[in-house]
Amino acid sequence: MTDIVIYTIITISTIGVIAAVILYFVAQKFQVIEDPRIDLVEEALPSANCGGCGFPGCRPFAEACVKAENLDNLFCPVGGNDVMASVGKILGKEVLAVDSKVAVVRCSGAPQFRKNTSIFDSPQGATLSCAMEHALYGGHTDCTYGCLGGGDCVAVCNFDAIHINPITQLPEVIDEKCTACNACVVACPKDIIELRTRNKKDRKIFVSCVNMDKGVSAKKACDVACIACNKCFKVCPYNAITISNNLAFIDADACKLCRKCVSECPTNAILEIGFPERKIKVETEKKETEINLVEMSKKNKENE
Amino acid sequence: MLKTFSKGGIHPPDNKLSAEKAIEVLPPPEMVSIPISQHIGAPAKVVVKKNDKVKVGQIIAESGGFVSANIHSSVSGTVLKIEETFDASGYKRMSVTIKVEGDEWLETIDRKPEIIQECLLSAEEIIAKITTAGIVGLGGATFPTQVKLMVPRGMTAEVLVINGVECEPYLTADDRLMLEKGEEILVGVSILMKALNVNKAIVGIENNKLLAIANMEKLAKKFQGISIQPLKVSYPQGGEKQLIKACINREVPSGGLPISVGSVVQNVGTAFAVYEAVQKNKPLFERVVTVTGKSVKKPANFLARIGTPLTNLIEAAGGLPDDTGKIVSGGPMMGKALKNAEVPMTKGTSGVLILPTEEAKRKTVQECIRCAKCVSACPMGLEPYLMMPLSERKIFDKLEKERVMDCIECGSCSYTCPSNRPLLDYIRLGKASVGAIMRSRKK
Repeated sequence: MTDIVIYTIITISTIGVIAAVILYFVAQKFQVIEDPRIDLVEEALPSANCGGCGFPGCRPFAEACVKAENLDNLFCPVGGNDVMASVGKILGKEVLAVDSKVAVVRCSGAPQFRKNTSIFDSPQGATLSCAMEHALYGGHTDCTYGCLGGGDCVAVCNFDAIHINPITQLPEVIDEKCTACNACVVACPKDIIELRTRNKKDRKIFVSCVNMDKGVSAKKACDVACIACNKCFKVCPYNAITISNNLAFIDADACKLCRKCVSECPTNAILEIGFPERKIKVETEKKETEINLVEMSKKNKENE
Repeated sequence: MLKTFSKGGIHPPDNKLSAEKAIEVLPPPEMVSIPISQHIGAPAKVVVKKNDKVKVGQIIAESGGFVSANIHSSVSGTVLKIEETFDASGYKRMSVTIKVEGDEWLETIDRKPEIIQECLLSAEEIIAKITTAGIVGLGGATFPTQVKLMVPRGMTAEVLVINGVECEPYLTADDRLMLEKGEEILVGVSILMKALNVNKAIVGIENNKLLAIANMEKLAKKFQGISIQPLKVSYPQGGEKQLIKACINREVPSGGLPISVGSVVQNVGTAFAVYEAVQKNKPLFERVVTVTGKSVKKPANFLARIGTPLTNLIEAAGGLPDDTGKIVSGGPMMGKALKNAEVPMTKGTSGVLILPTEEAKRKTVQECIRCAKCVSACPMGLEPYLMMPLSERKIFDKLEKERVMDCIECGSCSYTCPSNRPLLDYIRLGKASVGAIMRSRKK
């Protein structure tokens, strides 16, 4: 009985030793020499694996950082300037500070401003409803550019930063959570979401519309559509506003947040967010729609 | 044993409610709006201005490229506006709105009812006439006909296959056309044969149109090289590749065109339009449309002008029923539900189907039970049950290997699925993405 045990132990140990010797030489032969800095850089990264940098994940980005001559075109939007600075430190490379960005939804077409003219009969349990609706037709309202409200952007967000407001049926970005990873911008079939430079206290002024129809038909489809009336373009003292394809656009880098365009807009298509309330209310009637929107989002936050 | 295609196929109920209704000529409406993009390919370029007077058959938009087609006015009157309006696609497209005044046709159009048999034109002249007339495939795909007739270098056409299958349930436009205008169609076919330089043509007709088969067989005796092929009823036999397999037993390779097996397919409606264009100088500005549905009072076949609002057609068929759930442009299998019924009919509108609420409902989706019914139904030999989750999860490289681009979007998989899974919805989505990826790779 003891013999069997001893033989077994000896045989298995011998096999083990032989295998170890073989494996040692094999490992020597096929050794992959990897830059140890890749691991260090990867550790410094937020490991969100969101793809916001343009690489499939954090490790491929770390590899690219180590390989690259300079870090000018490499940026981790989730980690921001701090993480990039520490990456630069590890690699001994210079890092240029990049303006932090935030996703902005450019549509205010809540149901009371934009009537539903048809019902999209989506298959039950569909997760890709925006893309599916977009593939079939212009959308359930007369505006063929606006938000479809299906929530494709919500489904792709890794950071819980975008949600559909049940009252307005439009997505809302939580600025503190948004990392500007670009996932929602890619997911939106209507190209409504835009990454804009972050301002102090998350203040922003933007044209909340992407309708490129002529003024008359844009207004017919939606009460808060940009009708390209040129009023904001004329009033802007910093030349930050351009109008093309029947649509106004405010350049976030040139805009000095003076808010002159906001009160000028006849359809309230330009939104101001994050500002203290104005002391003198100009034409209360005109601002009604916008106040509604602000109230709605407040209510929604309270509900949460 | 009747011929049919080899792979897959389904048998939806026929519901050919308007099969016994003769083609009625619908008078021009008060206003037409003619989209300038009614075909596959580049949109046409508008050549008229606001307040211009136009006559019936006058060109209003010129072909905008190689794959494109001329658009002609279907009425006489004044151009009211040229702007973007909703069309059957659910998007706003450029269209020419004309206010109708009288019914004045261009003098060049021969309006006599006599049938002209002889055609002394050469192949080039025929193709030129077809190009001028703005003829596109009237089966529904609206591919410009002249492009199909120009055989690429190194390839030869051996046989012309004519599609008289009309496999879509409900639709009867081609059926009626074969019964009433059989001789014109056959003259059109012989003109197409001349244009392609082939001496053999086969007209495939499904066996549920016995009168049309009898009529065409009787008439075809007078024409050399044209034979009528009755086919077993099976959907989607009207698909190009399926029809070629059924009629001449050749299989078009994956990604290939019918010409790669020496055949060209044209619809009977197209053959009729070719006859009118070549022999009567009449451009394509009207077509036969079936207006049908189970609760429609008077299902009918109308010869209507392009640009007529669908509401006019529905009104002529007895008005919109109370229980309407969806209005579909085209047949129930491949047609498209409309956003509103005021959109104009185009060259590709083969029918208007009004579905009651009960039938228009989507059924509750359940889990896939791996019964493989969709695999045996797929006429292209694909595996829809596998392609749907790949598309859902956006695994596009595998989807491409599954040959999603071969899908003809016939909907047989969704129709046959016992769990009511939205197979085609997802496959179509994946196909669009894979197509975009493949195009970007070529660039």
